Amino acid sequence: MPFEALLENYLAVFLATIVGTILVATALIGTRILAPYSKDRAKVTSYECGMVPIGRTRAQIHVRYYLFAILFLIFDVEAIFLFPWAVNVAQASHSAFWAMVLFIGILAAGLGYAWRKGVLQWNR
Amino acid sequence: MMRAVILAAPSVDALDNPALSALLGLIVITLIMTLGVMFATWYERKAVARMQQRLGPMRVGPWGLLQPIADTLKLVSKEGVRPASADRIAWDLSLAAIFVPAFLVLVAIPFTADWFVSPMDLSLLYILAVGGLSFIGFLLAGWGSDNKYALLGGMRAAAQLISYEIPMILSMLAVVMVVGSADVYRIILYQDVVPLIVWQPLAFIIFLTATIAELERQPFDIPTGESEVAGGVFIEYSGIRWSLFQLTGYVNMYAYSLLGAFVFLGGWEWPFGTDIGWGYQLLLTMVKMALFIVFFLWVRTSFPRLRVDQLMSYAWKVLLPFALAQIFLNGLVLVYDLPDVVLLATSGGGALALCWLVYSVVRVKPRQPLRMVGNVPATAPGSVSG
Repeated sequence: MPFEALLENYLAVFLATIVGTILVATALIGTRILAPYSKDRAKVTSYECGMVPIGRTRAQIHVRYYLFAILFLIFDVEAIFLFPWAVNVAQASHSAFWAMVLFIGILAAGLGYAWRKGVLQWNR
Repeated sequence: MMRAVILAAPSVDALDNPALSALLGLIVITLIMTLGVMFATWYERKAVARMQQRLGPMRVGPWGLLQPIADTLKLVSKEGVRPASADRIAWDLSLAAIFVPAFLVLVAIPFTADWFVSPMDLSLLYILAVGGLSFIGFLLAGWGSDNKYALLGGMRAAAQLISYEIPMILSMLAVVMVVGSADVYRIILYQDVVPLIVWQPLAFIIFLTATIAELERQPFDIPTGESEVAGGVFIEYSGIRWSLFQLTGYVNMYAYSLLGAFVFLGGWEWPFGTDIGWGYQLLLTMVKMALFIVFFLWVRTSFPRLRVDQLMSYAWKVLLPFALAQIFLNGLVLVYDLPDVVLLATSGGGALALCWLVYSVVRVKPRQPLRMVGNVPATAPGSVSG
């Protein structure tokens, strides 16, 4: 019964999501009831340097953040691919091992290319 | 029929119902978590103070033991100010997006051989996957605060968390290869004679470094550095919202310390075996977890904060190649049925190489005499290294 096995493994996770959300909501409602509250125009400005900030806050972000995010995606997907292989590697055949080494090697070569191109250098 | 029985006699049938027993476990975990975090705040202040030759909190209660209670009361009754221009939904949603994953990690952790909230076949994969979600909360908080420091801090937090996620997953993958299971419970049982830190020292060092970075603790606290981004995403949060961020940080510290104690130090299994009873098992787990926490505090007081480029370079240029090498060597040993000693030799050699590499970069170079050009000192060549 795959669904019952799923339920057995992840029912608690589902419940914990609900309980965690309730905990956060309780804290927010509790502070709404307990804490004093007063409105003040100066109080609700951005906490920067006492003046009203100039310019948009949602500024443009440097492109290197996106490059690292793309690299992260590649290697995270690689890690997911590796997990089932890693569990069975001790019983696997030699060819299964070398096939995965080829896969890791291609990704490592990609990392080397990114390194060479200066993607991994933060302050260019 | 079943439901009627449970409603009639909850005390008898509660543990037969998976939902009710899970709920009971969650309540227990919530209580332990709250008390543990309160103790951790006190302990961190006290331990760091002693390392800096101060006394730390002394006024509230004996040795300042009641300080966390006073802090909680103060934080709950403090006004929560929200900037008028903040994004209302992202502002409060970020709290849930950070706290809930930290809470979810605790579900899969086997505290003793008999007591855990939920048995899980892939608990290690689950812990890594759910633990990696927290960067979304930092992004939301940074975006929702409508503050330049918060946005920068959120972006930095996301970049750092995703970068160190990779070496951490790969170091765990090396352990999974040796054990042949992605279940934390089986990994603990595997270590009944020798803990895995002996077979996989390189993976352990990578895990330890990546953990400090994932927890955003000093010296990896670049996203929340006071002198650079004025507290990062925390800048606009106050009162209970700020304390929820702190709470999550400590819960994550406990969770990752427990994970390290289970995966590398043998958890409750090593060195006494499974039969010593749950009390001693719990004690053994706590002692091993405390080793990690004390180590984090020690590192915190010993090292200055890294620069952001050093941080990213270290993850991608040092830890990631070493982790890939560790996986390759493990595969070689396991597929060709080489003896376990080779595992120790290759991983130990890798660990020594990694330590030597770090040492050769960060060691203090001998000071060179100033060269004078006219009556101004010339800038010393090659004094800065990435």
